[in-house]
Amino acid sequence: MGKLKTATRRAFLIGSAAVVGGVAFGAYLVGRDIPNPLVDHLEQGEAAITPYIKITRDGITLITPRADMGQGAYSIQADLIAEELDIDPATATLIPGTPGPAYYNAAVLAEGVPFPAYDRSTMAETARSFMSIPAKLFEIQITGGSSTVPDSYEKLRLAGAVARETLKEAAARRAGLNRSDLTTENGQVILPGGTRIPYTDLAADAAALDPIAEVELRPASAWKTLGAKRSRMDMAAKCTGTETYGIDLHKEGMVYATVRANPGIGGGITRLDDTKARKVYGVRDILPIHSAVAVIADNTWSAFQGANALDIKWGPAPFPENSERMFEALEAALGSEESFDHRQRDDGNVEAALEGGADVEVTYRVPYLAHAPMEPMNALVHVTETDCDIWVGTQIPLFIRNRAAEMTGLPADRVHVHVQKMGGSFGHRLEMTHVEQAVEIAISLKGTPVKLVWSREEDMTHDYPRPAAVARGRGRTEQGHVHSLDLSVAQSAMTPGWMNRLAGMAAPGPDATITTGSWDQPYAIPNYRVTGYRAPDMVPVSSWRSVGASTNGFFHDCLLDELIHAAGADPLAERIRLCMDDTSRKVLEAVGEMCNWDGPDLGYHKGRGVAFCMSFGVPCAQVVDVTLTDAGIKLDRVFVAADVGEVLDPLNLEAQVTGGVLFGLGHAMNCELTYSDHKPEQTNFDGYTGLRLYQVPELRVKALTNGNRIRGIGEPGVPPAAPALANAIFAATGQRIRELPLNRHIDFV
Amino acid sequence: MKASFTVNGQAQEVDVPADMPLLWILRDILGLTGTKYGCGIAQCGACTVHLNGEAVRSCQIGAGALEGAEITTVEGFGTPDEPHPVQKAWIEMQVAQCGYCQSGQIMQAAALLQDIPVPTDAEIDDAMSGNLCRCATYPRIRAAIHLATTKMGGR
Repeated sequence: MGKLKTATRRAFLIGSAAVVGGVAFGAYLVGRDIPNPLVDHLEQGEAAITPYIKITRDGITLITPRADMGQGAYSIQADLIAEELDIDPATATLIPGTPGPAYYNAAVLAEGVPFPAYDRSTMAETARSFMSIPAKLFEIQITGGSSTVPDSYEKLRLAGAVARETLKEAAARRAGLNRSDLTTENGQVILPGGTRIPYTDLAADAAALDPIAEVELRPASAWKTLGAKRSRMDMAAKCTGTETYGIDLHKEGMVYATVRANPGIGGGITRLDDTKARKVYGVRDILPIHSAVAVIADNTWSAFQGANALDIKWGPAPFPENSERMFEALEAALGSEESFDHRQRDDGNVEAALEGGADVEVTYRVPYLAHAPMEPMNALVHVTETDCDIWVGTQIPLFIRNRAAEMTGLPADRVHVHVQKMGGSFGHRLEMTHVEQAVEIAISLKGTPVKLVWSREEDMTHDYPRPAAVARGRGRTEQGHVHSLDLSVAQSAMTPGWMNRLAGMAAPGPDATITTGSWDQPYAIPNYRVTGYRAPDMVPVSSWRSVGASTNGFFHDCLLDELIHAAGADPLAERIRLCMDDTSRKVLEAVGEMCNWDGPDLGYHKGRGVAFCMSFGVPCAQVVDVTLTDAGIKLDRVFVAADVGEVLDPLNLEAQVTGGVLFGLGHAMNCELTYSDHKPEQTNFDGYTGLRLYQVPELRVKALTNGNRIRGIGEPGVPPAAPALANAIFAATGQRIRELPLNRHIDFV
Repeated sequence: MKASFTVNGQAQEVDVPADMPLLWILRDILGLTGTKYGCGIAQCGACTVHLNGEAVRSCQIGAGALEGAEITTVEGFGTPDEPHPVQKAWIEMQVAQCGYCQSGQIMQAAALLQDIPVPTDAEIDDAMSGNLCRCATYPRIRAAIHLATTKMGGR
């Protein structure tokens, strides 16, 4: 009994620290303790002082609940704990932990409040802090929204500090000294005489103590690990082929599976002939499952061959048959009263300002885009009479646990989700169709582990893509300055469909993602309006790296650039003049210094474009230099400045920024999903090329730290890339391209 | 059909259809999962291995072409404790993000450096543009190849 009580009080330490505003609400549910999930599994002499650190006689395990898709989440979470715990994180075992309510993401919903990120007023900050409450109540354990660092920054350092002080207290009692006389270093408590006691020797003593709650976090100036250049913990494994991804797993007695589902997602199957497929070498069985056909085989290749041999006639898809019809629906929604969704920006009086006509009036369109991570979707599932084990690389482990519990009829605590390292995601692993399919197959093959792997073609044609969108922009200039900007955006909503797929319900109301990246920009334009229109649901869509800002970054900044040119103003100087947020202004100024914006002209057939977008609370400015060659546009250089508040890992920050910028550029140049006959026409990397090495420009990145909130950098590099390139092409050629991908209108070398 | 060949110096024999790709023989039959599946149509390079010393897409090499072949996969190239100089350069430059394509990138880069010990940027672009990286680690791939040339005494 004593142990249980202590455990509950321990959990409260972390819970109460993380739930800002909970006390103000006074709500029982919000203030309640979340049990420490480690405590149930402790052996004698083992300690789990917080839900993030487990110490046994044999070693230290750090629990890193945010998933690693390649963005370095495991390393940064371990570093945050280690910085305060005083251990070398390389000596610890890292595990993603058992998915559970204790690991809810307090930060992921915070950017969804109706306040722009540069608004740091009490009301905006209070609203943000309250968003941790639904995150906790609805058990939102999600990796996404560039939220890992904002969510973990205090929570994990606090966990490390509480554990360190408690270990010191254990040592102090054993030695008959005061805790304040002791220090710690490299996984050991050091007594005044120099005697060192390893943490692992203190685990049993610490387990019997109440954790030390009064701790002070070290200032950045005292950090040893954070802020320094260092090697990611997964680097050696990833460079020697020894990292294990979900697709690499093998279990005794396992069968291999793949599926073929209607590429018109939501459409059914009207006829199936599996005669040929059953004769394929290595195929064991063909199983019709919910809106798909599964092929069970002795190896992945046989499963793929079997799927290719299936003769299936698909039922009609519940969306328009081709891209032309889809864009017609988007254009019909744009500006129509019944499709009005929201207007979160309406400064001055746009209607009055534009009464006399607009100086610029333009339309934009952007295509559907696939996530296409290098590792196709896969899941290994083993269902028995009593348990369901799921090994999968995912951003949404708790949603998967709950769905698998429903499907198997097992209690949720008998469903075990083992989160795997991921070969990329870009948002695709916020979905779980492939896991549902694997669970369904494993239920019918009860007792046999099933590894489901999607072929690249299945992955590409059953993605929930980034929504296509259209926009109309207009505006006026006065006395050489931008005076009015009016932007309307139409796309299908992505949030309700996604929530429905995950949880079977969606919050009513507007879908802010339609204008995220447009309405929330830090500009003081006298007459300034952004309106979102909700097009009908068509192809089911989802979050794609940088979400709403991936489309809006292009619309908003290209429109602003056109207005600035119409005003005859300098593109960078006018953005700086209009900017009303200090942190953002410094980012624009920094990128200007990096590229020597005011320096000599670049020369004949060369052009330079600037763009800015604030997303996920990160202001990011980019300058792209291009040359018009005989064969097309060549990308020369990209300069990037961004403000993240605090740089925890300079090398990984640079990697995430350059990766994000190139992700944005590559898709803007080369990629689209087009539809014909209810299916995507691009099914593999031959038709959906992304970016390849020969097109990669030189990149220079500068991280600023003027912002007062720490932010994540996985996504904010993406949105300004497309407009900076389009603006540069205009500067080099005089051609305004208002449609993506740009290679519809111009060649790249 | 039966095929006998060596993988990383070890003799192997498999009995599979002649059109079963080396990629799946390595991954699902021999259990060597360092070589990755990305596209199956020679468009991404994630499955690159060395066949008789040359970089090939293992998704395109059927069992029928394997008799007597000498195959090197990333597993036979270096280990975390004793990485190959190319892998050392990759680690030093902190190239990998998700890492899924890097086995193929490294095998392709090693083959390039066998042919051209000190490649120019243009030669690197030429040799490496068949290897897709969706995380876009490309700038560091370029830098790591240059670094590897110095580690291998090329410069």
